[in-house]
Amino acid sequence: MSEEEKKDIEDEVRVGVFVCHCGSNIGGLIDCKTLAEEAKSLPNVAYAEDNLYTCSENGLASIKAAIEEYNLNRVVVASCTPRTHEPLFRDCVSEAGLNKYLFNFVNIRDQCTWVHQKQPEEAYKKAQDLIRMGTAKAVKLEALDIIMVNVNPSALIIGGGVAGMSAALNLSRQGFQTYLIEKEDKLGGRLNSLHKLFPHQLDASDFLDKIKNNVQNAQNLQILTSSIVKNIDGFVGNFEVEVEQNGKNIELSVGAIIVAVGSSLFAPTDLYGYDGKKRITQFELEHKFINNDVKANNYVMIQCVGSRIEDRPYCSSVCCMTALKNAFVIKEKNPGANITILFRDLYTPGTDYEKYYRDAREQGVLFIKYGLDKLPTVEEDHIKVFNEYMGEELILPYDLLVLATPLVANNDNKELAQMLKVPLEANKFFLEAHVKLRPNDFATDGIYIGGSAKWPVDITEAITQGYAAAARASRVLSHDSLEVEGATSSLPEYNKSLCTGCEICIKVCPFNAIIKNEEDEIEIIEALCKGCGVCGATCTNQAIVIKHFTDDQIFSEIEAFGGH
Amino acid sequence: MSERNLEKNSKSALVIGGGIAGIQAALDLADMGIHVDMVEKNPNIGGRMAQLDKTFPTNDCSICILAPKLSECYRHPNITLYSYSEVQKVEGERGNFSVDILKRARYVKEDECINCGVCAEKCPMRVIDEFDRQLRKRRAIYMYYLQGVPAIMTIDKDKCLWFTKNACRICEKVCEREAIDFEQQDQHIKLNNVGSIIVATGYNLIEDIDNEVLRNYGYQKYRNVVTALEFERLLSASGPQDGHVKRLSDGEKPKKIAYLQCIGSRNDRSRQYCSSICCMYTTKEAMIAYEHNNELESYVFYIDMRAGGKGFQSFIKRGENDYNIKYIKSKIAQITIDNKENPIIVYEDLDNGEIKELTVDLAVLATCIIPPEGIEKMSEVLGIELNEYRFVKTPPFDSVKTSKGGIFTCGCVHEPMDIPRSVSEASGAAARAAEVIRGG
Repeated sequence: MSEEEKKDIEDEVRVGVFVCHCGSNIGGLIDCKTLAEEAKSLPNVAYAEDNLYTCSENGLASIKAAIEEYNLNRVVVASCTPRTHEPLFRDCVSEAGLNKYLFNFVNIRDQCTWVHQKQPEEAYKKAQDLIRMGTAKAVKLEALDIIMVNVNPSALIIGGGVAGMSAALNLSRQGFQTYLIEKEDKLGGRLNSLHKLFPHQLDASDFLDKIKNNVQNAQNLQILTSSIVKNIDGFVGNFEVEVEQNGKNIELSVGAIIVAVGSSLFAPTDLYGYDGKKRITQFELEHKFINNDVKANNYVMIQCVGSRIEDRPYCSSVCCMTALKNAFVIKEKNPGANITILFRDLYTPGTDYEKYYRDAREQGVLFIKYGLDKLPTVEEDHIKVFNEYMGEELILPYDLLVLATPLVANNDNKELAQMLKVPLEANKFFLEAHVKLRPNDFATDGIYIGGSAKWPVDITEAITQGYAAAARASRVLSHDSLEVEGATSSLPEYNKSLCTGCEICIKVCPFNAIIKNEEDEIEIIEALCKGCGVCGATCTNQAIVIKHFTDDQIFSEIEAFGGH
Repeated sequence: MSERNLEKNSKSALVIGGGIAGIQAALDLADMGIHVDMVEKNPNIGGRMAQLDKTFPTNDCSICILAPKLSECYRHPNITLYSYSEVQKVEGERGNFSVDILKRARYVKEDECINCGVCAEKCPMRVIDEFDRQLRKRRAIYMYYLQGVPAIMTIDKDKCLWFTKNACRICEKVCEREAIDFEQQDQHIKLNNVGSIIVATGYNLIEDIDNEVLRNYGYQKYRNVVTALEFERLLSASGPQDGHVKRLSDGEKPKKIAYLQCIGSRNDRSRQYCSSICCMYTTKEAMIAYEHNNELESYVFYIDMRAGGKGFQSFIKRGENDYNIKYIKSKIAQITIDNKENPIIVYEDLDNGEIKELTVDLAVLATCIIPPEGIEKMSEVLGIELNEYRFVKTPPFDSVKTSKGGIFTCGCVHEPMDIPRSVSEASGAAARAAEVIRGG
């Protein structure tokens, strides 16, 4: 802590409160101007104002100006959510010379105007309460030390498909030691079983060979096939990973981890008479192409088999192009073949894919829409489908029925997610930190995601996401050391006598951040600690203090709410 | 944070375009410790995302999640921002480009202006506001948009009374900071040792160039027919109607809104490709409009529902179930109006082949995404090829690579795409640029 910062907290506590309208998100429902006015009369509040957007450059400038002009040493912003905005405001007060932990966030958008949209008066009252409480806590805030951790300049990529290979190639070329592990005995993932690639009809094997060649000849890149991850410990910059390769254990120390484990195929066991022979999946059709084993003349393809239904509500986004691709392959070998594609909505977004669809129509591929209420029915040698547009049932004879089945999440995603302590979404794909602005990050620092492990994507996007994950990892790996969250749990010197060494805290910590050290004392590894507070709540003797959420601070909030 | 010594010859990166894609690419590179020069042609960075009210599929407020990125970009020690600027010349090759930038005079001293807004308040000139899609007027001295970064005023030389008629100079008189500088000159800046370039200049919309197609749908003929981006501004709290959607003809609150998809897209007489994002943003707009008015009926006229991204299908379902949105698979024949200026949608219902009509209070056109203005010139300056649709050409399976070594691309400048994919691509392009700069 600098001398100046120490001075901040020794002086009289002077809080500045900034109430954000968040455009109409907050201001559209409740009166932010009055909220700010009311805040002025709260204890220790030296200044308050409302802003249309406190996070805009104008708003930030206004916080800094107020710190200067009113000699503020605590800042409260009442606005959206700390999830996206806390770092920004912390940086802002820090730039104005305050310790960044002397800032407190009050969430009046998500917790007031969003959830109580239909009850503006109650939302207003709740905002009043939260601001009063947040300000009371701010009065008790303490400056905290900045915690730095060292970074090991190496990366582990889990999954050797196109996404993982692209990530590995990029990081190794940036100069980082990179480990690429693949559970199968060869690299390539799904690409190994494809015939052609849409929309250019290139040979999958040629394309795969090129990438594999680059990967195998890259410097700083170690490939571990037939390998699986057994255990992961550590934190950003310092992960310890246990890998098992053919029964042998290998220990890897890396600074960042990229998850690129891809996805699996849905098996349509009891759908549309699937038998793996006359009624097969698109992927099986490609296998037949590779073996030159396709002789049919009449083809019917059904889209969305097992997807966009209640059990699996999502669109797998690659199946329409896959059907088109295989239709072109058939047409090339047998221009007279009859191909009918039964679809619900044709998904060919963008430039090339839409052209692909048009080209298929020009080549005589027939497209018939079906609805969920009247599914096609499959007989031994023909299919009945109700064409709503024509208002009649069509009979389509077939020699080969091809079902487009979705990509689904891997069965072992859960296990890996637990090891990494990252979440999965409802369909068991990995869940990123923010759907729009952090598409290739996890909320946990130092762990990144790319390709179909996150959501079904085509090869182009899988590759791009592999690179994207590499960029995100490189942001960490490019530094010798970096700052981690300072609001952690702690066992202060003055509390050590309270600790009985019962080890309950060790058991409850979800991040393995607490150990018993060589002196047989409880030690908290701050870099691992996420400040969740479980240890503090469980500690029977109140020896553990959660910084930034001390008992004193929390009680002051409760008292401000009206408790005693 | 201390940076490793990974950069050879301290090469920098150039990012052209300050929308969400350019911003993400710049931030990633800057966080890697690589110096970035960012060039944005508008007075402020933020791009299209700054114009949006909310973003699908989580309906986060757009400017709320963008604003921290704008600030980060502006304040990052490794980023130099050239707004109101353009790239005029690029020489050299992969690993070693030199770049000429023209930084246009704002006639406002950047170090002095604190964006207090007094000048704009007093400026007597009313000018059509580009940011708000011509739905309101701004002044000749202005901020491109309220939360713009950098937060500095700009004088529109073509509209300012001093520059056009040698009169006025009121702004100069009222500015307490003496920030107005009518003598300011354009600056020519030369960047050397640029290792890699990222092109992220975004997109335009078909109404920006060619209204032939739109006229068929009554655009600019009927006042209650607006484009989706105009509607987005009407929905926005910082927009011309302060977020209270009203009809442009009579100020009435609409009770029935029609959303027409594929306007100018998937169309032989206009653009054959699909604009990729309209099914989703339309549903989002209908949801927000419903949140403003729970009695609202929404009708989406579409050909194929294109909702392949994460959470997109359930978003559409939510629209149907919770927001009173009806999706009609159809082809639009035309739009006419009745004597109250209510748009009448004449369409073929593709579910049964019948020709039908629907009268609504407001019609919103999901217009086609087209390459950005000036892309032909930019392709010449950079020496990169364009594809048959005049977007930046990328090779198969490598969506961030251009035809020229060391130059990468991301976002809508090479194909219409949504925000998550633009952001992914931006990071992807940054990774590739870093590879070049670090000698890989």
